[in-house]
Amino acid sequence: MTQLPQDAAGVTPTERPPALAAAMAGGVETDEGGTSLWTAALKRLVRNPSAIVGAVIVAAFLIVALLAPVLAPYRPSTTEWANQVTPSRLPAFSPQHPLGLDPFGSDLLTQLIYGARQSLIIGVVSTVLGLLGGALLGILAGAFGGWVDTLVMRLVDILLSIPSLLLAVSVAAIVGRRPESLMIAIAAAQVPVFARLLRGSMLKQRGQDYVLAATSLGLRRRSVVMGHVFPNSLGPVIVQATLILATAIIEVAALSYLGMGSPDPTVAEWGRMLVKAQERLESYPHLTILPGLCIAVTALGFTLLGEALREALDPKTRK
Amino acid sequence: MLRFVVRRLLLLVPVLVGLSVLLFAWLRALPGDPARALLGDKATPEAIARLNAQYGFDQPLIVQFFTYVGQLAQGNFGASARTGEPVLQTFLDRFPATVELALVALLFAIVVGVPLGYFAAKRAGGVLDLFAVGSSLLGVVIPVFVLAYLLKIVFAIGLPGLEFLAILPSSGRQDVRMFATHITDFYILDGLMTREFDAAWDAFKHLILPGLALGSIPLASITRMTRASVLEVLNEDYIRTANAKGLSQTLITWRHVMKNAMLPVITTIGLLTGQLLSGAVLTESVFAFNGIGSYLFEAISTLDYAVLQGFILFIAIVFALVNLIVDLLYGVFDPRMRVQ
Repeated sequence: MTQLPQDAAGVTPTERPPALAAAMAGGVETDEGGTSLWTAALKRLVRNPSAIVGAVIVAAFLIVALLAPVLAPYRPSTTEWANQVTPSRLPAFSPQHPLGLDPFGSDLLTQLIYGARQSLIIGVVSTVLGLLGGALLGILAGAFGGWVDTLVMRLVDILLSIPSLLLAVSVAAIVGRRPESLMIAIAAAQVPVFARLLRGSMLKQRGQDYVLAATSLGLRRRSVVMGHVFPNSLGPVIVQATLILATAIIEVAALSYLGMGSPDPTVAEWGRMLVKAQERLESYPHLTILPGLCIAVTALGFTLLGEALREALDPKTRK
Repeated sequence: MLRFVVRRLLLLVPVLVGLSVLLFAWLRALPGDPARALLGDKATPEAIARLNAQYGFDQPLIVQFFTYVGQLAQGNFGASARTGEPVLQTFLDRFPATVELALVALLFAIVVGVPLGYFAAKRAGGVLDLFAVGSSLLGVVIPVFVLAYLLKIVFAIGLPGLEFLAILPSSGRQDVRMFATHITDFYILDGLMTREFDAAWDAFKHLILPGLALGSIPLASITRMTRASVLEVLNEDYIRTANAKGLSQTLITWRHVMKNAMLPVITTIGLLTGQLLSGAVLTESVFAFNGIGSYLFEAISTLDYAVLQGFILFIAIVFALVNLIVDLLYGVFDPRMRVQ
């Protein structure tokens, strides 16, 4: 019952801009009688419990990642306690090292905290790169249509015929074992996904009235595409980007596990930490469980948030 | 029907040609020259020159490309730089193992995921629904190799105090002391055909843990897809009609709800093949399971380019064929989609 007056308050006919004004203003879509698409989505979002859980996890992850130097007791990737570690035995937990040492003689808690930072950097950079690459291809295909569209989409088809992990591996092999190769590889695997999504989304927008309005006002094609069609096609892409961040964090781990990425084995990266832990599965299962848990919880946060965002933006679920 | 299949197979040709061009370009784009990549850093200049001549790396690029395509057409995909085994033969030798694993994983996912999704939709918002949605999320967010490790710790190696749970083998496809006869290289099938039932049972026990780990990927997608799809169908007018005219619940469930709800689920299963094959790379390596996945894992860690190139091409073909079969299966569930 409390929802009714809230929604009704937003409905004032004067707030509904005419189609022309919308086209001039960059095509802000109006919805639910005057509330903008994003405001309405935000309202639905804060009422969704799984969105809150997702947002809390993501926020915690961001804080840990950004404040890693403050939160972590030591510097990452130091092997200064290597003399306390033997191939068969790790020292017990102690006040100095609440989670003990890892097999390289680094503080496990420090490594886990800096692992968040590493995941954030790789996840965000690769998703942004993938989005840019996909946007470039998608805009080319969606804006020009015709043979450009056919050519681009066939290329996308070919890339999609390779399982994404193998595509990432192929790219990582070209880049070589460098810290940044993970980002490039994961970005490359995302390009075809984003390209197809953006093209579909742009094709849908191209038939809208505001595009006709903008074109008949005499705007050039470039400004119609960049100023109107593209911004309005972004909704599903932003949702996908949130979900892909979760996938990216898992793929980083998988690629690290496959031996791609930084040649330094002591790097504070969750997937890489799992590789060495494998040998000590029986005696020290926490070496496997803790980084695994970090990956799973972070991915869960982004997935919950992304799904809630999708639901909030989906016209079919609007009441 | 035949025309449809032929047309789909022909449509596959440009994708495969494009893919082989891409893979050729990929091999060229690798850092350093290919001969050095194959022979390693300590190769002598003579050895490099010999290899360059042998593989035609000293020819112009366009000549090399056509030689490469010609070899592909003859079924020559090169040999592993690590073991010297021909790529195609290795793939065929190891493929049955991966198919067996993928089928067990898929079967597990369908047998658990479809009923779970169905009952979750029937009682949407209830406890079972929450459980189904929650557990399917876990399947999405836990990396498959982490899950594989956890299963291995608990059910094969044994945690302190919980050793009684460790009743399954931790690696391999079959106990090495089991001198089983192999005809098809599908070990369970072999055991059944030769009436060596202990061998079949042993092979099955080796498949349980990797099957569960790998099955977690399709399980999540299948549960969610079934749930969404059943929810949609349950709201259709024809279900209300069927209920109104007093059809039995069994009939409504099977003939009306499930038959219509399964279409998107089948599509999902087809699309999952790629993820299953990627997942097999990680799962098989954890359980030292001798399929294409563990071989690819080694090829990746040693950068064995011929193997990578060939296997990626074969996997793309398998992926495309599975999706063709899926499209043909549509007709079984939906007469409108039946291919003429």
